[in-house]
Amino acid sequence: MTDAAAASELDALVTTSEIVICTGSGGVGKTTTAAVLALEAARQGRRAVVVTIDPARRLADALGLGLEGIGNSPRRIEGTWPGELWAVMLDSKTTFDDLVSRYSSDAEQAGRILANRFYKNISGALSGTQEYMAMEKLYELHADPAFDIVVVDTPPTRHALDFLDAPRRLTQFLDHRLYRVLMAPTRGMMRAVNVAAQAFMRTVSKVVGADVFDDAIAFFSAFEGMEAGFKERAEKVLRLMDDPLTAFVLVAAPNRDTVAEAHFFAEKLGEAGIPVRALIVNRMHPRFTDQLPEALRERSLTLAGSDLGGLYRNLADFALVAAREEQHLEGLAEQVAPAPVVRVPFLSSDVHDLDGLAEIASHLFAVGHAAR
Amino acid sequence: MAGKGGVGKTTVSAALASAAARRGRSSLIVEVEGKSGLASMFGSEPFSYERVTLAEGDVAAGRGPVWARTLTPDEALLDYLHGHGMSRISRRLVQSGALDMVATAVPGIRDILVLGKVRALEEEQSADLVVLDAPAAGHAITFLQSARGLLDAVRVGPINAQARDVIELLTDPARCQVILVTLPEETPVNELVETAYSLEDRVGVSLGPVVVNGLYPELSGLAATPAAAATSAGTSLRRGEAASLSAAAGFRQDRMALQREQLTRLADALPLPQLRLPYLFDAELGPPQLDQLATDLLRGIEAMDASVLGAPTQAGHAVRADEAS
Repeated sequence: MTDAAAASELDALVTTSEIVICTGSGGVGKTTTAAVLALEAARQGRRAVVVTIDPARRLADALGLGLEGIGNSPRRIEGTWPGELWAVMLDSKTTFDDLVSRYSSDAEQAGRILANRFYKNISGALSGTQEYMAMEKLYELHADPAFDIVVVDTPPTRHALDFLDAPRRLTQFLDHRLYRVLMAPTRGMMRAVNVAAQAFMRTVSKVVGADVFDDAIAFFSAFEGMEAGFKERAEKVLRLMDDPLTAFVLVAAPNRDTVAEAHFFAEKLGEAGIPVRALIVNRMHPRFTDQLPEALRERSLTLAGSDLGGLYRNLADFALVAAREEQHLEGLAEQVAPAPVVRVPFLSSDVHDLDGLAEIASHLFAVGHAAR
Repeated sequence: MAGKGGVGKTTVSAALASAAARRGRSSLIVEVEGKSGLASMFGSEPFSYERVTLAEGDVAAGRGPVWARTLTPDEALLDYLHGHGMSRISRRLVQSGALDMVATAVPGIRDILVLGKVRALEEEQSADLVVLDAPAAGHAITFLQSARGLLDAVRVGPINAQARDVIELLTDPARCQVILVTLPEETPVNELVETAYSLEDRVGVSLGPVVVNGLYPELSGLAATPAAAATSAGTSLRRGEAASLSAAAGFRQDRMALQREQLTRLADALPLPQLRLPYLFDAELGPPQLDQLATDLLRGIEAMDASVLGAPTQAGHAVRADEAS
């Protein structure tokens, strides 16, 4: 596929999708890519909202999410595009709190949960909470008639695609049979608690102290009756991932380790039956020549000590890097085929304003962009 | 070893271990995310919770061995329970998913289990140097902070004792230092500076030198005009070559200027010595490249030692001198 063909596929993606999820390992430019895709959708006349997880400060500024603007609800970014661009910075805890309030039978129940120490721990630190809340936010924004397209940046996870697994893990957690055991004493079913469970509880108390248990029991008592609502919601969120109007975009950088991780991501998505709709490779070294690096290196050696030798050596260096980067990408491109592969070169500086985002857009999209 | 994703933390961990090996010290690289490319850098097989040898030591040549292992919270918990007379229940605790539950009830417990194990490795003197390849950026702070958080959550018992031991290790500059790794680029430098202050304030850990990875090596002749350079070398260029040569030279010069700018910015923001490692155009990382990085690290460390010895109260190095005294 030519670069132009790949770019026009990406055009189609931002004009037709309702949800775009940018995934990939840490440090590959996911957040910036998400912002660029949302900006492009706005330029195509759509009402777009981008959900960022942890934007670098200057990008946040560029998006109008400066100190006073950082928040869990969408904030409009002014610009000359025909559509609309909105941005949200995910606040997991607030999103979780909202969810609790929504499914509580009354304010009193919600209050008891929100004040519980155990709840405070899980809402901030339960593994997968941030991932799940990103999806929850996505669901909420997708359901909001004010937006045509939601672009989401996934949290940097220690393990590939934790976030796909997060809704299931959260509901499993709320459903854990050990919690049922924990709950049993307060339900007056002490006799039903088997010996093994008691031994387990004694051990855990010994290790972490008894008050941890008291907090947990208080939390689950307060949570009583809300599991069903949470579960149903999680199922809806998961179904949204399978929707044909949801597009997964894999973001990578062209070095061995990140490409290896990208392979892994693609494989996991494949196992989940989710196609990669595009592969965006950031930080590509420019290709200055078609000559072979070995030949250039040889020439630099025969000219060693002269300025020309240095110039050849430099060209050889970059020819070598460019060849290696392409080689890394070969297998990955095959794996995600027929998804288009779009390459974004190393930029001369970090992206900190809308002009910077537009410069990246000029590499990603086919129409209406003159490189600045 | 801590730093943002993609800055080469694992590479620097490997290079530091190789450098220690050259000075005759044994080192153990501890990996916690289960996905690092460490094994291939040493040309060895992937490793697991069991210790593997990445590079053999050679007593005659004064070279120490490099070992590596992965630590997982589950395995660390099992070890811990064995060591505390709870073997009988341990297997079931992990298999039943109970660790997940405990980990949920007490955030940071996974981290403390791993750090506790690292501390045990240090105490057992399992190697002269233990290099912990820490989780990426933001995670590193939570990871190292876990012990302090736990002291509040768990006020008695063995976990509390474990947390105290870990804090004692982390805050003793003679036993433990955090080395932050970055690329000479704006965002990674910003993050490094933030992480550095957070770590000092919130964890009380002592910071070693920062490692700036991926600097383009200096190359002479880049400022020359290709045609003129060809004339003075008594040769001629192929068609189109002048343009390629000058575009590539311009690119390198621009990026090197940006890199220098970031080095200065880093030095201004953070009074810590810098160890600088080159970008390797050559090939993917394998034993020879690692060897080169180890050489560069040792050279940087020697220069640092010399300046510390020469001027013990000079700003920058004084940070370490104060804490060591």
